[in-house]
Amino acid sequence: MATKEKYNIDFLGMRKLAMGFSLLFVIISIASLAIRGLSFGIDFTGGTLVEVSYQNTVEIEEVRNTLSEAGFNDAIVQYFGTAKDVMIRVPLKGTEKGAQISEKIMRSLHNKLDESVTDTDPVSKEQTCSIKGQRQVCQVQMRRVEFVGPQVGDELANQGGLAMLYALFGILAYVAFRFEWRFAVGSVIALVHDVTITIGIFSLFQMEFTLTVLAAILAVIGYSLNDTIVVFDRIRENFRKLRKENPQEIMNRSINQTLPRTILTSLTTLLVLVSLYFFGGDIIHNFSVALILGIVVGTYSSIYIASPAVLMLGISRENLLQVKQEGGDQKTTL
Amino acid sequence: MNKYPLWKYLLILAVIIPGFLYALPNLYGEDPALQISATRTAVIDEGTEQQIKSALTDKKISFYGLVRQESGIQLRFKNTDDQLKAKEVVEKELGDKYTVALNLVPATPAWMEIFGAEPMYLGLDLRGGVHFLMEVDIDGAISNTEKRLVSDLRSGMRENKIRYLSVVSLKNGGIQVLFPDQERLTQGLNTIKDDFTSLSAKEVERDGKPSLILRLTEKAKREIRDSSVKQNMTALRNRINELGVAEPIVQQQGDNRIVVQLPGIQDTARAKEIIGRTATLEIMMVDEKNSGNIQAALEGRVPVGSRLYRDRHNAPILLKKGIIYSGNNIIDASAGIDSRNGGAVVNITLDARGASINQRITGENIGKRMAVVYVEQKSSIKKDEQGNVVVDKSGRPVKVKSRIEEVITAPVIRDQLGKRFQIEGLDSSKEARDLSLLLRAGALAAPIEIVEERTIGPSLGKENIRTGFLSVAYGLGAILIFMLFYYRIFGLVADIALVLNLILMVAVLSLFQATLTLPGVAGILLTIGMAVDANVLIFERIREELRNGVTPQAAIHAGYDKALSTIVDANITTLIAAIVLFNFGTGPIKGFAVTLSIGIVTSMFTAIMVSRGIINMIYGGRQVKKLAI
Repeated sequence: MATKEKYNIDFLGMRKLAMGFSLLFVIISIASLAIRGLSFGIDFTGGTLVEVSYQNTVEIEEVRNTLSEAGFNDAIVQYFGTAKDVMIRVPLKGTEKGAQISEKIMRSLHNKLDESVTDTDPVSKEQTCSIKGQRQVCQVQMRRVEFVGPQVGDELANQGGLAMLYALFGILAYVAFRFEWRFAVGSVIALVHDVTITIGIFSLFQMEFTLTVLAAILAVIGYSLNDTIVVFDRIRENFRKLRKENPQEIMNRSINQTLPRTILTSLTTLLVLVSLYFFGGDIIHNFSVALILGIVVGTYSSIYIASPAVLMLGISRENLLQVKQEGGDQKTTL
Repeated sequence: MNKYPLWKYLLILAVIIPGFLYALPNLYGEDPALQISATRTAVIDEGTEQQIKSALTDKKISFYGLVRQESGIQLRFKNTDDQLKAKEVVEKELGDKYTVALNLVPATPAWMEIFGAEPMYLGLDLRGGVHFLMEVDIDGAISNTEKRLVSDLRSGMRENKIRYLSVVSLKNGGIQVLFPDQERLTQGLNTIKDDFTSLSAKEVERDGKPSLILRLTEKAKREIRDSSVKQNMTALRNRINELGVAEPIVQQQGDNRIVVQLPGIQDTARAKEIIGRTATLEIMMVDEKNSGNIQAALEGRVPVGSRLYRDRHNAPILLKKGIIYSGNNIIDASAGIDSRNGGAVVNITLDARGASINQRITGENIGKRMAVVYVEQKSSIKKDEQGNVVVDKSGRPVKVKSRIEEVITAPVIRDQLGKRFQIEGLDSSKEARDLSLLLRAGALAAPIEIVEERTIGPSLGKENIRTGFLSVAYGLGAILIFMLFYYRIFGLVADIALVLNLILMVAVLSLFQATLTLPGVAGILLTIGMAVDANVLIFERIREELRNGVTPQAAIHAGYDKALSTIVDANITTLIAAIVLFNFGTGPIKGFAVTLSIGIVTSMFTAIMVSRGIINMIYGGRQVKKLAI
């Protein structure tokens, strides 16, 4: 075969090292998940989230005090993006009807402002409440309210877990049908690896795990698989074409052949995700972080994890020749 | 080699031209508009239209595009200043029987609307608004029904002269009826079988006495569930109408949940208040003795024991104080046709307590009039005499609570009435429908609770559109430049395909009016990133072939050919993930899944077929020595 490769890296030779490396990460992830757990957003835990925007910078401590006076001792208050935007989170309470909490929060913040600009200083009063078409454009503005009741939170968590399982199962079935069961198992090992490490990093750094992050992780499954399938496709093709080489050589060659594409596609996808991270606004910050992490890990796993796993499961040329009829589209090029 | 047959080019055009057409409305933006709708009893007709027109012309506020639809009148303005001014003018002109809401409507040219081309439907996170998920308490509705059945059973057996010891509802559901002996039980059982078809009975012995344990049948429970969800939805729709929201959504979700979406609403507190409000009905007697002297009452000399009310046409009517029974006693109300004269009627069913009171009162008052009064607690923004909003110290509008009382109807009692009766003398079947709706919606059928709320303030909505647009623009720009430098001519072709892909995605989203959310925008962006993948696969394959010494034409052919199955495999697996997302996701996740799936399909078309078409046009059918790849 006169095939000239641009790259010739012995990826499979490094498989023990890569596996050890991955195993370490997976163990750290699982340990962190077990010990620290995930910092679930209110989508899953239930509770109230209020994002407000002040006209001027505001002290977190002040907001916290105002809220405790109003009876929200357990409110979590933090800046959101800038020192003018504040995010307030209140966990579910047994007695209070959830939908009224946000009203109460807004009212107490408004009242606090009214107190601080009393009649003694009419000028500052004018400044805080400007009249712009509508009369109630005041110093503090409600930007976003989210309330999730306990019934919904549990349901979403269950559905999310189920969604992940169904996606994995659907993929397993499709790959087994198009390729061979070893490939299916290999790709699912790579996917579980990607998901575990991505969630593990969220747990390690206690980044908020919301519904949109879950969506991002499911998208990572799709993307990482995409990468893996491209390599597998080439492996299948080469198994049929290159009769003399052993499985390890074939896999190495396939990964090298597809390497430019693997890197390029990851690069272009990362380009848009970085754009999303920087310009997409605070709400989808964690969403883009999850995707960026997932794509880095997914690219790594499609090279270092998926194929070695298939090799270790004992793939041979015969396994693929049995399903020749399904690869019928190849014969025109041979 | 590498020539496309004509039909393939035609096919590409046949997809791309409609694509452009349906994507185009998104460029036109939106006009500020007013949406005027009638609350409850008021009507919108030619006269209302004229009234609005002349009021606005008087104040020299220019408007255009006035249309009268079934839901109300809509008119557009050049800018938001005019819109705000016009709102005040129209509100003052029409009074509180109409709601005037600010709205944004697509400024799509008329010729595009003929094709059904509309801009994308923006989700609440992009346009601002409120999303409520409400849960109907079915268990509550069922236990309410059981409580009512307990009193119905008592009176039912009394009517049939069956002696019983006790009828009680059991703690964990069900009703127990205790009889003195077996014979009475058999009689009771027959009555129940005849008159209470919603109950199933089981004989049990309790403390040596024969007794029946009655339970609602599964069918009856299902009916209660369905009807309480439906009734709640009707009631919610009525109330939301009053908010004057332009495109409200009230939808059932699952068995017992209702989704309410109010785009563009700014005052969420008011929205919650109106949604949670309960209206009731009070049945009272007309003060016939003093009705002759209504003029005196109008001048302030209201007879002791009576009160002055207004009916729907604002005519005064004197009612005797004291509520005979209330809307809580009404089980059902439906519009119908009188079998004798074909007039419109409303059929009303009362519960046992209501029925017995009704029987007694109507028996004593044949020939007199009985009034149905609609009562509602309403809070509105206080206005001074000039119609300006009154604000408190801190600049927020002052709210006033008021009680609306209105006599819906005051029919003459012709006969002694019981559990079921008719209200006659209605003008039209529409009036009958409205009245029955009012009666039904008077009290919510079952307790309802907000289990999820997502409110996006209008400023955040605008910002989300901006950030979404920016991130797509920068992301797309970066990829376009990168591809151009890396693959040169082929890169340019991939860029054209990518831009077309974006246009097609927007077109499909617009055509199906799928809701575009912020995660949806992220989905668009992600597919842009991944759509290049197909072209990268093909181009890398072509480069590989060239390195192996294949001729340029053969390399193009082989590149597209060999990459095809890989592209299909890779995309189908991603599609599986997207479909799972769609089926399991709610709200934000669904939006993401929708754009991701659409993007996968359109990108396969543009990256494979369109890019090949262009490449064939450039290189096909001639001698090529070198490819610019």
